[in-house]
Amino acid sequence: MSTDFRDMLSQVKKQIREVSVQDVKDKFNIDNGFTLLDVREKDEWDQGHLHQAIFLPRGFLEVKADKLLTDRDQKIVVYCAGGTRSAFAAKTLQDLGYKNVVSMAGGFGAWKDSGLPVVVPEKIGSDQMARYSRHLRVPEVGEKGQLKLLRSKVLLVGAGGLGSPAGVYLAASGVGTIGLIDNDVVDESNLQRQILHWTSSIGMPKVDSARRTLFEVNPNVKVRTYNLRLDASNVLDIFNDYDVIVSGSDNFSTAYLVNDAAVMLKKPVAYGSIFRFDGQASTFIPHEGPCFRCLYPEATPPELAPSCDEAGVLGVLPGVVGLIQATETVKLLLTAGTSLSGRLLIYDALEMSFRQVKFRRDPACSACGSDPHIDLESIPEFVCAIPAKQG
Amino acid sequence: MSLKVIIPTPLRRFTSGAELVELEPGTVREILDRLETRYPGFRASVCDESGSLKRFINIYVDGEDIRFLDNLGTPTKDGSEIAIVPAISGG
Repeated sequence: MSTDFRDMLSQVKKQIREVSVQDVKDKFNIDNGFTLLDVREKDEWDQGHLHQAIFLPRGFLEVKADKLLTDRDQKIVVYCAGGTRSAFAAKTLQDLGYKNVVSMAGGFGAWKDSGLPVVVPEKIGSDQMARYSRHLRVPEVGEKGQLKLLRSKVLLVGAGGLGSPAGVYLAASGVGTIGLIDNDVVDESNLQRQILHWTSSIGMPKVDSARRTLFEVNPNVKVRTYNLRLDASNVLDIFNDYDVIVSGSDNFSTAYLVNDAAVMLKKPVAYGSIFRFDGQASTFIPHEGPCFRCLYPEATPPELAPSCDEAGVLGVLPGVVGLIQATETVKLLLTAGTSLSGRLLIYDALEMSFRQVKFRRDPACSACGSDPHIDLESIPEFVCAIPAKQG
Repeated sequence: MSLKVIIPTPLRRFTSGAELVELEPGTVREILDRLETRYPGFRASVCDESGSLKRFINIYVDGEDIRFLDNLGTPTKDGSEIAIVPAISGG
């Protein structure tokens, strides 16, 4: 003889234990070792759920329980929207051998009505799904990673040779906010390598030209521009709001200023520099790995390290180095893989070789050593035959 | 018995343009002496007047920074790769 739904539900409820939302708030919670299991459907979950709950729709309960709930003695609170599906789910879990399962009476509805906190997961808008679809398929990125990128803020110091490819790819990747610092104006001689700038940009401030390009690449990206020269008076205020700094200036003064400010504010730096056919890249993670001053305590004098303006540079070279910086930046934002921290990558375009060397934190480092003495005001200007510019 | 010394672009004007110099192994100091013999003036491009390595140039023996080994006293061996790497600043 068949039973109707009401009979079935009341039978089930007799065999399980129900607790109130207040009980869950006070005792049956994560702090007391309970796992919160949400057995509703995806669209319900997406509209809001309990903090740190596990999502396992009832339709998959039997199939996936083993994988998500590995311990049969685990303490579990099951909830749904109103307490009915969770009652059935609790019974099912008991039948599967879980010994400490309770169902939250009243479900998510009662929880929310009591004014208790809920988490509404951020989602990538349907209008952006297509744009980032190839990221969404990569396990190391996925929707979670893409949301991280969209929430991230990256500052490019220099909108020149290195900042150009880094900026274009970071914007394309969906880094939500990109800051650009450069006080230079686009010159025809920049166009051989600085792909942020076009022939029609000649004479424009670089940051304005860059903003135009980045908007064309990805209009969703918020671009903040700083048409100024980075110095001791502005560096901390500007850096403070960013997650990663991409150091792509064309002079040592700025490179040391970037380093020292980043060490003070504990901001990771994706570093790159170029000379003719040579490139160097590394990642500096303050207080965890070595910094730029650990690598090079002092600047190379101008006669040995002329700027690109003086010495010339292969047009395609910054493309490679700037993209290593962009790659490091994305990895830092996603906390994926192994960074270049403690390693200097040396690229020789003529030989087409990548060489890696190791370096360490210098206990005597003036920025991050045991007795640091950072003085942003006192970083010397390195005199070049042609005045140094950012970019 | 030989090792390779990789000469960075900015210092090739001291080595008549040579990018790679093959030398007998020894300590890094001895390697620099041999480079000086072959290319007079080379040592002054990497060492200061007191004979220490300049602070904007690093020397790596098989990928390890000699500052964290035995500085100029760091030994090298047959087949070692010595990279002389100065800071560069272009962007």
